[in-house]
Amino acid sequence: MAELDTRPVNPALNRPLSPHLGIYRPMLTMMMSITHRITGAALYAGTLLLAWWLLAAATDAKSFETAAWFMASPIGRLILFGFTWALFHHLLGGLRHFVWDMGRGMDHPEREYLAQGTMIGGIVLTILVWIAAYMAR
Amino acid sequence: MSNASHMRTPIAEVRHLGSARSGTKHAWHMRITSAALVPLTLAFVWIVLTLVGKDYNTVRATLGAPLPAIIMLLFLLASVYHMKLGMQTIIEDYVHGEHAKTWSLLCNLFFCFAVGLACVYAILRISFV
Repeated sequence: MAELDTRPVNPALNRPLSPHLGIYRPMLTMMMSITHRITGAALYAGTLLLAWWLLAAATDAKSFETAAWFMASPIGRLILFGFTWALFHHLLGGLRHFVWDMGRGMDHPEREYLAQGTMIGGIVLTILVWIAAYMAR
Repeated sequence: MSNASHMRTPIAEVRHLGSARSGTKHAWHMRITSAALVPLTLAFVWIVLTLVGKDYNTVRATLGAPLPAIIMLLFLLASVYHMKLGMQTIIEDYVHGEHAKTWSLLCNLFFCFAVGLACVYAILRISFV
């Protein structure tokens, strides 16, 4: 009888893969999972903008005015609007993960409500903050 | 892994390839920083909101005051550690080549350290200079 081979196999060999993006029909829960990762990566890059703003404020008035001018420009506002949305979307996505960590909200329809809450909540909070920003200005 | 590796014991084949036991710490630290970042992010947004359209001196006076400065420092430290962990997960999921993965993880670490230190330095300079 042949001896059972328990050695680790080469990962490059053809092993069956779990179904991935190309198989599933897009679903809201799936989209929220993907956007959680994308917003996380976007916020990662966005820290450069925060670092620029803080360093400019730490340097001198001229540097700060340059940074402030960029942030207030149309392209700057667009980036900051996206930054705000990414921040709130990712924040709510994180809260959703906490709900799951407590073993709740994984069944239908709770998971759909959580996905809808993440999507709508992120947009609503972003708009509210921007209304507040324009009023405070 | 080549056929030559079959001369090695199973444990030798998996050692140093990102062993077990580190995953729990990663996931737990992600949760800790997430929990910290919920109130800190809201406080950060509030601080930035009060600074919209304000001039250089006002921004410096606000960011350099003890409470906003401490909140900013906590937010920045929790953020860079959180994003180091997050980007590490993304790299480990998508970058499969051993060299590319090692370099990506190294770049991730350096980026997070550099951005974190730059921001912390800026807050401290605003506070004390």
